[in-house]
Amino acid sequence: MLTRLANPARFMRISGVVLPPLGVATIMVLTVGLYLALFIAPPDYQQGESVRIMFVHVPAAWLALFAYLVVAAASALALVWKHPLAEIAAQAAAPLGAAFTFVCLATGSLWGKPMWGTWWAWDARMTSVLVLFFLYLGYIALTNAFDDMARGRRAASVLALVGVVNLPIIKFSVDWWNTLHQADSVFRMGGPTIDPSMLWPLLTMGLGYLLLFKTLLLIRMRAALNEAKARALRLAAPARRPAKPLPDATPVLPPVLR
Amino acid sequence: MSGFESWARMGGYAAFVWPAYIVAFAVLGSIAAQSWRRYRASLRDLDRLQRPPRER
Repeated sequence: MLTRLANPARFMRISGVVLPPLGVATIMVLTVGLYLALFIAPPDYQQGESVRIMFVHVPAAWLALFAYLVVAAASALALVWKHPLAEIAAQAAAPLGAAFTFVCLATGSLWGKPMWGTWWAWDARMTSVLVLFFLYLGYIALTNAFDDMARGRRAASVLALVGVVNLPIIKFSVDWWNTLHQADSVFRMGGPTIDPSMLWPLLTMGLGYLLLFKTLLLIRMRAALNEAKARALRLAAPARRPAKPLPDATPVLPPVLR
Repeated sequence: MSGFESWARMGGYAAFVWPAYIVAFAVLGSIAAQSWRRYRASLRDLDRLQRPPRER
């Protein structure tokens, strides 16, 4: 399956078919998710209406981690099998992951101020998510840092793999250390502790974010493949062009040969 | 206070709830728009390069 999709031409054909319905589904699910989050979900008995920030904050955190897994897995494939499509996938996913991480940090800060009385605290969960954001920025910077693009991509892939160690730290930081951040309430052993009236809007927004990520990933990968094809055409253009005769048909010969 | 006003006030947390939604959709909307613009530009570029020389 992976090998079949790894062919750029086949990827372009399949993604061209998948992209329009995926885009429509993304808009529909996000619209329903927003409706549930803003109108249907009840206020929390302790946090009141501020709990509605959760519906944009928590799915952003999920996608920040998921996007990093995609970047790391694609980087591993690119390093081991040197497949260009894997490199393109990693490069396309990194800015998306950075955007989701930024949304997670910013909305978390906006949630923290009324609930904890502070915009920011250097606790384990928040600091490890900030490190994730810097890992994304480092990956993006490294891919563009070298004149030899292949070297840059290789260095960025190694950074992505090293950064994987941060993912369990983010996930388990609330269990391993005494943090200001609340413990996991959805993906945990023993099932979610969150009430279904809030869980379903949260899962709907999560699905909407996931669909958005997949849609944008396909768009960015298609753009990158088009750009690569355009570069190849530009390089091949002088070779394909037929040799033009000089405007003056008389050959310019050195004096010895005249 | 009307129902809409009461809802928009978000129980006194409007100054935090609405900016959170605005930040989320501004950032995700911007990256979606940038991705789409890049894709359209790549299609235009490729189309221009693949056209026969006379039509250029």
